[in-house]
Amino acid sequence: MSSNKVKKGGIVAGVVAALFVHLLSISAHANWNSPYPSEVVDEQVLYSSFSGRPKHLDPARSYSSNEYTFIGQIYEPPLQYHYLKRPYKLEPLVASAIPEAYYIDRDGERLADGAAVEDIAYSIYEVSIREGVRYQPHPAFARNDSGALRYVELTEDALSGVENLSDFPHNNSRLLTAEDYVYQIKRLAHPALHSPIFGLMTEHIVGLSDLREALKGAREKDSSGWLDLRKFPLEGVEVVDAHTYRIKIKGKYPQFLYWLAMPFFAPMPWEVDQFHAQPLLQERNITLDWYPVGTGPFMLTVNNPNRKMVLERNPNYHPDYYPVEGEAKDRLSGLLDDGGEQIPFLDRIEFSLEKETIPYWNKFLQGYYDSSGISSDSFDQAVQFSSSGEAELSREMEKRGMRLQTSVSTSIFYMGFNMADPVIGGSSERARKLRQAISIAVDYEEYISIFANGRGIPAQGPLPAGIFGHQDGGEGINSVVYQWQDGRARRRSLEEAKRLLAEAGYPKGRDRESGKPLTLYFDVTASGPDDKARMGWYRKQFEKIDLQLVIRNTDYNRFQDKMLNGNAQIYLWGWNADYPDPENFLFLLYGPNAKMGKNGENASNYDSADFNRLFERMKNMENSPERQQVIEQMTALLQEDAPWVWGFHPKNFGLYHAWYRNTKPNLMANNTLKYVRLNPVERARLRAEWNRPVLWPLWGGGLLLLLLIVPAWLGIRRKERSSLRTQEG
Amino acid sequence: MLNYILRRILYAFPILVGVNLITFFLFFVVNTPDDMARMHLGMKHVTEEAIENWKQERGYDRPLLWNESASGSEKLTETLIISESLKLFRFDFGVADDGRNIGGDIKQRMGPSLAIAVPIFLIGLFTNITFAMLMVFFRATYLDLSGVVLTVVLMSISGLFYVIGGQFVVGKLMHLVPISGYEGGLGAFRFVILPVVIGVISGIGSGTRWYRTIFLEEMGKDYVRTARAKGLSEYRVLFHHVLRNAMIPILTGAVVVLPLLFMGSLITESFFGIPGLGSYTIEAINAQDFAIVRAMVFLGAVLYIIGLLLTDLSYTLVDPRVRLS
Repeated sequence: MSSNKVKKGGIVAGVVAALFVHLLSISAHANWNSPYPSEVVDEQVLYSSFSGRPKHLDPARSYSSNEYTFIGQIYEPPLQYHYLKRPYKLEPLVASAIPEAYYIDRDGERLADGAAVEDIAYSIYEVSIREGVRYQPHPAFARNDSGALRYVELTEDALSGVENLSDFPHNNSRLLTAEDYVYQIKRLAHPALHSPIFGLMTEHIVGLSDLREALKGAREKDSSGWLDLRKFPLEGVEVVDAHTYRIKIKGKYPQFLYWLAMPFFAPMPWEVDQFHAQPLLQERNITLDWYPVGTGPFMLTVNNPNRKMVLERNPNYHPDYYPVEGEAKDRLSGLLDDGGEQIPFLDRIEFSLEKETIPYWNKFLQGYYDSSGISSDSFDQAVQFSSSGEAELSREMEKRGMRLQTSVSTSIFYMGFNMADPVIGGSSERARKLRQAISIAVDYEEYISIFANGRGIPAQGPLPAGIFGHQDGGEGINSVVYQWQDGRARRRSLEEAKRLLAEAGYPKGRDRESGKPLTLYFDVTASGPDDKARMGWYRKQFEKIDLQLVIRNTDYNRFQDKMLNGNAQIYLWGWNADYPDPENFLFLLYGPNAKMGKNGENASNYDSADFNRLFERMKNMENSPERQQVIEQMTALLQEDAPWVWGFHPKNFGLYHAWYRNTKPNLMANNTLKYVRLNPVERARLRAEWNRPVLWPLWGGGLLLLLLIVPAWLGIRRKERSSLRTQEG
Repeated sequence: MLNYILRRILYAFPILVGVNLITFFLFFVVNTPDDMARMHLGMKHVTEEAIENWKQERGYDRPLLWNESASGSEKLTETLIISESLKLFRFDFGVADDGRNIGGDIKQRMGPSLAIAVPIFLIGLFTNITFAMLMVFFRATYLDLSGVVLTVVLMSISGLFYVIGGQFVVGKLMHLVPISGYEGGLGAFRFVILPVVIGVISGIGSGTRWYRTIFLEEMGKDYVRTARAKGLSEYRVLFHHVLRNAMIPILTGAVVVLPLLFMGSLITESFFGIPGLGSYTIEAINAQDFAIVRAMVFLGAVLYIIGLLLTDLSYTLVDPRVRLS
């Protein structure tokens, strides 16, 4: 046999082998286009995705929703939000009860309940945790025969063959103790962790700054080793007994309880911290920032942020039950059918990396993802608006048995004015009327319709629905911008805006004194593909009242600098609530929180003595009619001063397949996956129905190819023969 | 030959130093370490102290080029540029700003990139050369003309269209392969088949036109006339003489991209959910992760230099007249 023949034979064998492999691999799947390896049909496996790798999974560092999707299911802070009740309500998770604060004065004397805020020097929260709660299995807890930790001071030899956490042969667990919670609070001050709430918490937790200094000093002496935080006292946090710890807060800060429902305050066992501090493990990407360890319903078993993350049920999870109470409508919608049943229902949650929305949407339609948001590309396919303006499912989606759920998010996107700016800012009548005129002209109803597919509610003030202090209907409207007519808010006319503008000294958009047209500057970071249209729209809104708007587009860093230095004039900004309390929105306009010079969250540098005084009073109050009254006064002040064009509160749209149960949007809770239940048999049936292979185009294509090849081949033969004949002739 | 290779390797050092310098300057002209810190620490509750700590932890508090506060040679070595660059030459890429080991990530993401890029390259090369040869064979006939029109049409369509169209037809309408995703080992076959087919088809237009031009140029040379005068069939003329003589321009284009196959393809990988290196650099630029950008630019430069060296070496294999000295 010649070598050429051998080569050709090899190629043919290679092609046949490849086809064989393909046939083998697809024969293992019920559906050819299934992106998952063969699965057990009745397993409770939820399929979801992530669009970019999470930055941090360490509870001391993580602070974004895409990270909380993972760690919210793993780490358990003492408190959680009730899944079904609204308004949002805290309830114990690992704590045995919601801690109630008691207050002491400067001399350490306990004050009576209802003591004046001025007398309160410290608030004390004593948190008791449930007994018998265990951590997930983890090699950090494994001990050898002599009882010492097995995997500390690991050497390169000991780690040969170890690439992942699952490569460690020994795992163990231990009981949760109060000390683990204290350890985690100390981690917030760790200089290497850069916890995003450290700065904020130093204002509240006694001694946190001192602990930071002590830890800094210790790290300067030895920066490579593990810092055993148990050896560093924190004045404001102490262990009372194995299941109780105490936190000392400066002054009165009732919102602190909400922080106790966030992963920042979840427990961290010292063994796990010590284990992950080993440099040889860090070289293998086995760090605490990538391998969360908790007591929650799930544990991260596959951690490949470049491809797939898998959460599996924690075998050591403590007894936990589906809620038996909710809102009245929850029973009707079947949300209480599983009341009292042990959770979690899911065995596994698979998150696949999916960067683009189009493939994600198509896979969702094929049933390979269980739920989906709706991108603007697919909005018209999924949603239609009824004659009353209500969003409802398109017929195609309805036919597939899907459900649409909408919720107004506890966030706000607004256009801000820099109150330190000499033209647009300040408390003068002239500047205020100019801001009010712009507030009327910038038509956010139109913006929501054009740029958000109607997914938003025009804001009347800083507080979104669902937050205490928010008012619906005619009472809650911003009377500077709207009028209440025929049962709905109607934007005031452009004539009124122009009148205000003239009163401000700018008739027809020109300065009355100089006669020059008024030019305003819009500082933005507009780099996306839709931003050109968006900026054009903003310019048009200003043109409606004869104002010229110059777009000063810049990158994010320069923009931050401008904001810090107070050089921006008009800007766009947003805020997403940390917790459902009005303080978390109104502090965005509290004078001492100014962005300029202080790097606070008050990006407009608004500083009104009246507002500040009311804020200081409101922030320490319990939710009550009195507090409501104060908030109304504050909102009225803000509406009149108009430091922001109030913008809108986005509305979230979620689509769920028929087999997905127990879904209720909860914008505060991070641990909602434990309540989800699926019907995997129904899912398998529908997937098979929706994904039957269509083969005829393949045969048609093959035939077409043949029709192309045969004439070409015949042509070659003919040409060869004719040239031979010519030569012979 | 060995001397030549050694010399080329030595030439590579100043190039790599230059590339590294340019990367440093471009990156730090656009971003200050303060900007990077802000980006990493997030939007909420970021204090000046947190920014300072972040910079200190990662060594970004050091001067870029000249450390006035240091003494002796440390004025030069205790700078950001020297301390960070030296590690690169040992292929120690360090740790990304999110704490992950860059070398480990590159190793992990290189496989999926190659699983797509190598078949596209090989099958694409074979297909394009075959089509080009056929067009040359039928030159100046309606088949050639139709081929030229078809290739121009294929060239004019955006790459993204092939990807979305292919996913729509094959994945969504015909349900033959997964729309996106990836698995390791043999399971990868189901996931790479569609991107490979799309990659090959989208490259046919430009590739075939390019090779057709090369072959037509060769067809006008004296040796072709001589071969025909000897009475060789057109088939033998094309495949035994023209193809062999056209190898130098083919290799110039093909071998140089071989090492760069490691770097992956941004659009294909993003749309097909392939966890490759294609988007690694872009993601790092967006996240202002200088450690990854520096590592990837350095790696790209090294691979490009290797590609050029391989191209030169391959000339000696296909053309005995070429001597490297």
